[in-house]
This record gives sequence, structure tokens and C-alpha cells, in this order.
Amino acid sequence: MVIEFHLDARSGVAPYLQIVQQVRQALRLGTLSVGDQLPTVKDVVAALAINPNTVLKAYRELEYEGLAAARPGVGTFVTATLSDGSLAAHGPLRRDLERWLAKARRAGLDDDSIEALYRDTFRAAAKEEAL
Amino acid sequence: MTAVLQSRGLGKRYRQRWALSDCTLSLPAGHVVGLVGPNGAGKTTLLHLATGLLRPTTGTIEVLGGLPAASPAQLARVGFVAQDAPTYAGLSVADHLRQRTHLNPGWDADLAHDRIERLGLDPRQRAGKLSGGQRAQLALTLAIAKRPELLILDEPIASLDPLARREFLQSLMEFTAGHRVSVVMSSHLMADLERVCDYLILLVAGRVRVAAPVEELLGTHRLVTGVRCDPATWPADWQVISASHTDRQSTLLVRTSDPVHDPAWAVEQIGLEDLVLAYMSQAQAAAPGRTPALEVQR
Repeated sequence: MVIEFHLDARSGVAPYLQIVQQVRQALRLGTLSVGDQLPTVKDVVAALAINPNTVLKAYRELEYEGLAAARPGVGTFVTATLSDGSLAAHGPLRRDLERWLAKARRAGLDDDSIEALYRDTFRAAAKEEAL
Repeated sequence: MTAVLQSRGLGKRYRQRWALSDCTLSLPAGHVVGLVGPNGAGKTTLLHLATGLLRPTTGTIEVLGGLPAASPAQLARVGFVAQDAPTYAGLSVADHLRQRTHLNPGWDADLAHDRIERLGLDPRQRAGKLSGGQRAQLALTLAIAKRPELLILDEPIASLDPLARREFLQSLMEFTAGHRVSVVMSSHLMADLERVCDYLILLVAGRVRVAAPVEELLGTHRLVTGVRCDPATWPADWQVISASHTDRQSTLLVRTSDPVHDPAWAVEQIGLEDLVLAYMSQAQAAAPGRTPALEVQR
């Protein structure tokens, strides 16, 4: 098996969506690439003790997004990737962020204020970009 | 497609007490149905009516398009694990399998032996010496190796420890993924049901309060909070399941097919467990004097 799913019952995120997000995450990080087979429905439900329809729904969603395709009788395979050339830039960007975080803490911001400030800025920037 | 279970006006009376009344259900095939409700709500009565262990006082019930337990062929299509997974304490695991080979025409001996081996059960072990989890797994093996179209499980995991519960549900889900089978399972362990069930029936005091696909339930119920105001001003399409108020604020669980856009209300999703509890207290408020014990364990 290439990847393993896990579920957080308290996250409030629907179980099928958690699976979709974990596949997207694996695609972004390069853990999964084109041609890889996703765990079979039977494997997933045997590991997580969840309803098979939950897995089927997650895989249908991935198909709809063009990230995976089902081969009847064989399984579901990755057909696209989300990792692009940007993966190499993650390291430096993370270090920038760490520096910024240290600066914010020195300025006296607590965790909640930092998160709120980030979210607010992110939203404002996204809105500007959309205009 | 034929409903796996169809009932109309189904009722069962024990002497003066109605254990189940006016139960009308139509369960589509291919689901894992969770049957929940407080103790004494009628869960076991409904399941026993479905297996043919009980006859209805009123109304009708059909399972897979036939009368429950009407013929050997009908019996073979339904697998049943009764409460606390009864086995014969004096018989060995192998004896149990042998006995079922003779009783069930469609017995899948390979599936049974494969499961016993994977579970690490010693075939010579007597059932009375097995742990609770192993006994439940043996009972499940006996039920699924019949290769039923419908599997009925009455509180199969209530008495098990968390690890044994998880292992039991893993086995059950693995089986449903590999075979065309519908499952009806009663339980009061909401946390477990939430993972495995995609259809929910809530029984309170012998009556069906909710029967719907889980996705539909989660999609149509919202927890809304806002400044306390006259109920007459609430949107007309809101079906209010529960309401609580402080001097200033109202918190409502509403059922509505339309999204709530009014900024006066803060809207939140609600989990299955909270949803079930809200319906239970609604039913309780409607029938004062009866105080069914809520059993939500983790």
C-alpha cells in the first residue's frame, strides 16, 4: 500500500472529505504520483472500520476533480499530480515564515492573534487577487 | 430494487404494553443501517420481528421481499447475531463451523475457515473459554459465512472493550465491502455507529422518530444561534427540533432544506450524536412521565 489514511473523529470534517484531503496532501507533497494505485476500498474499511460508501464517495470526488480514475475490477489510480515546481520553494518559504512568527511573538502576539492576523491578511490578499 | 426491509403499521404488544407501534419503514438495499434508541425503545423487538422470532400484533413486515422466516430459503438469506453474541459454551470453534455446514445450504466453508485462521482462533478451543471479543467474532463469522443478503446484528459490540469493538467493526466493514450485503445493526454506541452507518433509524418509546440516510440528516440539520426573538419571526420553513434560550440568546436545532443566509443567525454543522440526542429529548419532552435513559458511551 502506498499511503494509509487516518480519521479524526473530532475534527468536524466529514470522513470522506478527510480522505480526499489526505490524497490531495500526498499529491502535493509528492508521496503519491501519477500511476500509483490508491488503497482498495476493502483495505481502507478494514483498517479504519468505516462504511465502504464513504471511501467510494471520496474516490468519486477525486475522479470528479480529475485526480484519479477507476479501472473497473482493478482499483483506483492517480491520474494527475498537485506537486509542481513549487515544491523546491517550500523550504525557503517555511524559513521566512518562521522568521516572521518569531517577530510576531517578540511583538507580543499570542497564538490566536497570530492565526487571526494571518487568516485576515490571507483573505484580504485573496480578495484583491480575485478583483 | 426491492427494499431489504419494508414494514407498514407494524406493532408489537406484550400484554398491555406496546413495545413497538405504527412502525412504517422502507430500507433500501446496500446500506449499513444503524438502529439507535434508549433502552426499551423497541430495537430488539423490531429486529426479532425482522428475523421472524416474533410475530407482529398489527401491520406487516417483509424482509428481502418475503415474510420473515417463512421458508428455509428465506432463512438462508438472512444472517442474525443476537444480543451478546450467543454461542454454545461446550462446543469447540470447529464444532460450531461443522454444525453450520449441515444447517446452511449456501455455507461458505472457505470464508469461515479463512476468518477463523486470520482471527487467530484455535479451532479446538471451546466457545465458553473464548474472550468476549473472540466470541463476538465467532458469532459474526457464523452469520456471514451463510453468505446472507441481509445481516441483522443486535447490539453486537455493546459489551466489548474498545479494541475488540474496533476489530469487530473492521471485520464487518471488510465483509460488506467485498460482498453485496445490507446490514442492520442496533447499538447505543453512537461513536461507533457514526463511522460505519450510512443510514439511521431512531426509535424512542416504540416509535420511529428518524429514518433517513446519514448524509441527508447531516445536510439538512443546522445548529443556529442568534439574539432571542419571538418564535413567530423564525423562517417558516424551519422545523425546530430543539430550542434553548437564555435571556438574550436562542440556540435552535433546525431541519431545513434551504441554507440559512440571514446574518442574524450564526450557523453551525451538527454531528450525528448531538442530532440523535436532540431528537431523543424532543421525544421525551413530548411524552412526559417517561424518562428513557440516554446511553451514549465512548
